Amino acid sequence: MWKSDAAEPGRTARFVGIRAEHFSPALAPPVGGYVEEGGSKHDARMAVGRLLRVIIAMCTGNPGHPRISASPNTWLQRSRWSTLTALGLCALLTSCREGVLDPHGPIGRSERIILTDATAIMLAVVIPVIVLTLAFAWWYRAGNRRARYQSELQYSGRIELITWSIPALVIVFLGGIAWIGSHDLDPPKPLTSDHPPVEVDVVSLDWRWLFIYPDQGIATVNELTVPAGVPLHFRLTSTSVMNSFFIPELGSQIYTMPGMTTQLNLQADDAGTYEGLSAQFSGPGFSDMHFTLVATASTTFAQWIEATRARGGVLDEAAYTALSRPTPAGAPLSFARVDPELFETVSSGKLVTQWSPEEAR
Amino acid sequence: MSAAGEVLEFGAGVPLSEQGPAPTRVVAGFGFWLFLLSDIILFSALFAAYAVLSGASADGPTAAELFDKKHVFLETLCLLASSVTCGFGALAVVRSDSRALYLWMIATLLLGAAFLRLEASEFARTVAAGAGPSHSAFLSAFFALVGTHGLHVTLGLAWLVIMLLQVATLGFQPMVARRFFCFALFWHALDIVWIGVFTIVYLGAH
Amino acid sequence: MLGRLSLAAIPFDQPIVMVTCGTVGAVLVTVMALVTFKGWWPYLWREWITSVDHKRIGVMYMILALVMLVRGFSDAIMMRSQQALAAGHAAGYLPPEHFDQIFSAHGTIMIFFVAMPFVIGLMNFALPLQLGVRDVAFPVLNSVSFWLTAAGVLLVNLSLFVGEFARTGWLAYPPLSELAYSPGVGVDYYLWSLQISGLGTLLSGINLTTTILKLRAPGMGYMRMPVFCWTALASNLLIVAAFPVLTATFGMLLLDRYCGFHFFTNDLGGNPMMYINLIWIWGHPEVYILILPCFGVFSEVVATFSGKPLFGYRSMVLATMAICVLSFMVWLHHFFTMGASAAVNGFFGIMSMVIAVPTGVKVFNWLFTLYGGRVRFTVPIYWTLGFIVTFVIGGMTGVLQAIPPADFVLHNSLFLIAHFHNVIIGGVVFGVMAGYNYWFPKAFGFKLNEPLGKAVFWCWFVGFYLAFMPLYALGLMGATRRMQHYPNVHWQPLMVVAFCGAVVIFCGIALTVVQLAVSIRRRDRHRDLTGDPWDGRTLEWSTPSPPPAWNFTHLPRVEQPDAFWAAKQAAKSSQVAERPGYSGPIHMPRNTPTGIFIAFFAFILGFALIWRIDWLAAIGLVGALAVALRQFWQTGREVEIPAEEVAAFERPTMREAA
Repeated sequence: MWKSDAAEPGRTARFVGIRAEHFSPALAPPVGGYVEEGGSKHDARMAVGRLLRVIIAMCTGNPGHPRISASPNTWLQRSRWSTLTALGLCALLTSCREGVLDPHGPIGRSERIILTDATAIMLAVVIPVIVLTLAFAWWYRAGNRRARYQSELQYSGRIELITWSIPALVIVFLGGIAWIGSHDLDPPKPLTSDHPPVEVDVVSLDWRWLFIYPDQGIATVNELTVPAGVPLHFRLTSTSVMNSFFIPELGSQIYTMPGMTTQLNLQADDAGTYEGLSAQFSGPGFSDMHFTLVATASTTFAQWIEATRARGGVLDEAAYTALSRPTPAGAPLSFARVDPELFETVSSGKLVTQWSPEEAR
Repeated sequence: MSAAGEVLEFGAGVPLSEQGPAPTRVVAGFGFWLFLLSDIILFSALFAAYAVLSGASADGPTAAELFDKKHVFLETLCLLASSVTCGFGALAVVRSDSRALYLWMIATLLLGAAFLRLEASEFARTVAAGAGPSHSAFLSAFFALVGTHGLHVTLGLAWLVIMLLQVATLGFQPMVARRFFCFALFWHALDIVWIGVFTIVYLGAH
Repeated sequence: MLGRLSLAAIPFDQPIVMVTCGTVGAVLVTVMALVTFKGWWPYLWREWITSVDHKRIGVMYMILALVMLVRGFSDAIMMRSQQALAAGHAAGYLPPEHFDQIFSAHGTIMIFFVAMPFVIGLMNFALPLQLGVRDVAFPVLNSVSFWLTAAGVLLVNLSLFVGEFARTGWLAYPPLSELAYSPGVGVDYYLWSLQISGLGTLLSGINLTTTILKLRAPGMGYMRMPVFCWTALASNLLIVAAFPVLTATFGMLLLDRYCGFHFFTNDLGGNPMMYINLIWIWGHPEVYILILPCFGVFSEVVATFSGKPLFGYRSMVLATMAICVLSFMVWLHHFFTMGASAAVNGFFGIMSMVIAVPTGVKVFNWLFTLYGGRVRFTVPIYWTLGFIVTFVIGGMTGVLQAIPPADFVLHNSLFLIAHFHNVIIGGVVFGVMAGYNYWFPKAFGFKLNEPLGKAVFWCWFVGFYLAFMPLYALGLMGATRRMQHYPNVHWQPLMVVAFCGAVVIFCGIALTVVQLAVSIRRRDRHRDLTGDPWDGRTLEWSTPSPPPAWNFTHLPRVEQPDAFWAAKQAAKSSQVAERPGYSGPIHMPRNTPTGIFIAFFAFILGFALIWRIDWLAAIGLVGALAVALRQFWQTGREVEIPAEEVAAFERPTMREAA
């Protein structure tokens, strides 16, 4: 019988692998090795201590050397680690207060739940893998006399089963989330609400955003005022190149494409001002394509409509053609009357604009 | 040249995968097969584009209006016949029979040239009727797909001429014979692509 | 006469470009002068430029990639510094028309002219040696492939000084890349340099696939091949299957731009969405083309430096081939937000996760190779451990974005940027550096300096986290990619941290050059005299370092995986049977200038097509064909190495080293 070397007394050992009897005697020794059985709390504490020393020693750069944590630059390594950790936490905390992790609508909130849940599930696998990697590498370093060298361990049915199952199970679970989430949060899917949706037609210009309210017959540029707590139904198109309509604090984005119409449903639950941008590169003025969504109480919204009508301005094809010339962002505009056919004409690709980068400067 | 440079012997029952480096003839043929497969993938991208764009005729002429099926049938006959003659030519290479080789390969050349002539005249007619490739996405996809096939046929005929010159100058060396077989593979593959073309483009026109 | 080319094409008014031009020109002139004065041209021409030896070609690929790493990285430093400066009302120092070219060039160069040559170079060098044969299947084609890639490199670099580069991003989406919105030569430079080098890559894929499947040492059945050969096989199969799609798609865009076709235009029925589908049908397999050989490198490194066979050989093979096949079924995850239906999005999301399963299996198998081993902490093992830790984080953020609703808020953000740099740097760069340190002694006969190698690793490792962890946070805060400036001033500290990370990575790149210089200077101290500096397991370590042109005097007879290790164990137990060796002359393919000449004419053709100079294009085309025809008629294509020279090269073999 083939036994590995240096089995500690009092420990039982379990053969992991394929035994010789399964093959013809002419073959080499059995493939496999002995794995120590069991473990104790003492072992667990030892392992944690070992792990900490792994991290410190790896930073000192020579863990194969017998002198480990007595190295003089350990303090320097520790302070570097703590600085990095502090920076990381700062970054994390900052990101909690805005953007995707600070949603103000049902779509964004559902998406944040998916993000955090999926991350937590995966961290449950990722963190042990990282820990085990460093632990194995450290414990089985060549200089460690106490580690058991199993030179022929190259197969174990049990381990294989686990290594295929863990990722598969995680993926089955996340796959379910993906399938259900794709359907629940499909952009064209209307939101359930007691209020009828407010319709907004969006045209991405170069490099501004045109918002047409077909039911109210008005239009604005770069400022989108809507009632809070009411579903918003967007139809979107582009005047020239692809863009992507994105309000991080409300949720999903959707591409805008010339000659086509995409759809999106969002809702702003809380009154406030939300930043919007284009998330698909579209040329020299791309970085200026910011807009704001202002969510107000319903009465304020009605007042705003009246005020916009009072300010005048007509958006017909001629005005639209002027608007769609390449222009860097300017102050928000508004129009009291909009040609009702305009969006259909634009989204069917009949008013596509052309420009050259030189003109766009 | 065997990459081994030495003669290897194996007992019975040794699987092919363990018999060491394959002879040059096998290696060259296999490499050419891979190239042909990559070429077919190139064509499938063009087929996919055609499938997506076949309805986008932008108020211009549609497939049903443009294609003359009789003309296409004639082209198909020429190309398929040229494959037959190419096959006989390949047999002539096996026999190292240069007279038969020239006979069959010149027949292949003429039939291939006839195919190209017919296709060129179809293109010319279509363009003259105001349906050139810049008139709609459907026409762009049509000209690109069928035109790429025609380009491959042209390059194949040029290759055939070069191969006949090689036989004339170098004789039936193993290197020359290998290249003839690669050419034959290429020519038959073009036939298969053409069958795809006339099925999807011409017969599928509506 | 000169098409669209004129003196106005040279950007005299851009100081950064002009200074770069001057510096590059000075360096080139200096190098050329040095080579001429020392009389090295005949040696370089005979031994390297016209070489068809896979080892030489592999080294040349690596040198090309390293040089382009400097170019691609300087683009990165410019982007990071611009974004560190341009917060709030500040405009930074790079106006949009330059910034847009810089990020497009950065992506194009890093993927096509750094990562691909690095990976293909490693495969070129190591495959025939690991397979126990003398060269690849088509050595002349190998040379052509390399020089075509170099021609693409030349075109891309020329765009900096003559004309401009694309301003569309590294994949040049239409309609922005169509003539209507990009009428200049930038997109043409992009398209032609990639078509030319893409042809080289495709030929490489055919070459290496044929080598792995048809040229192996006697006895080396499929399940006795090293795992690196399996991953290289998967990668090259993907090249053969995916690159034609890229060629066709770029061909269609070229037809749109040159001949007025309407594949992807806004008018007359063009469909930009189709471009996006086609380009990503290539694009996703491309990233697996890059990562699979690196997985193979890690498998070799982990097994060698643990002193154990790789754990779970069969499941590694299965996982590799599964990744190969699955990589063609996930492409839509690059554009979940383009408006496909929920079922389509959901299907591709699930498939994208499924591909994470075999990857996870590989990670566990590496882990269990370490387990029970005697791990030697050499530089390649540093890179491997750094890879495992970093890559699982990147894989996690990838699976996260594979959930369509999560992607709806993360698509095109800096979170996406952080993710793909996470997997490409953590996977491909770390793998290439591991392979570089691992096989360097075999290629040149001496080891690389270890302490400097570890310093390089730490710079890349720390630099990567500093540069990209802030980007994960910024993406979650709503920052999108490709911003020339941004209004949120409180994003600036994170951008500054990211810039510091880039500086640390720069130190790593600089130290790589230093490591090479120091190692060359101290090479006598680090000589590899046995050919087996690492106590290796696979056949390349049974040859002398560097190997002779013919690799193996007699092809090894293989009876099990890790053939060299098995032979060493057998030698130790004195059970080696005396094998009659081959003792005659060896025929090797003759060197030829076909590769560089074809590439030269391809470069002329590309340049002429970009600037619409018809007569020059004709010269390029005719010249390339003429060179090819001349090669076609070559009959004396082998050179005989006499038996005495072969015998004189005998070094301690596996038998004697025991």
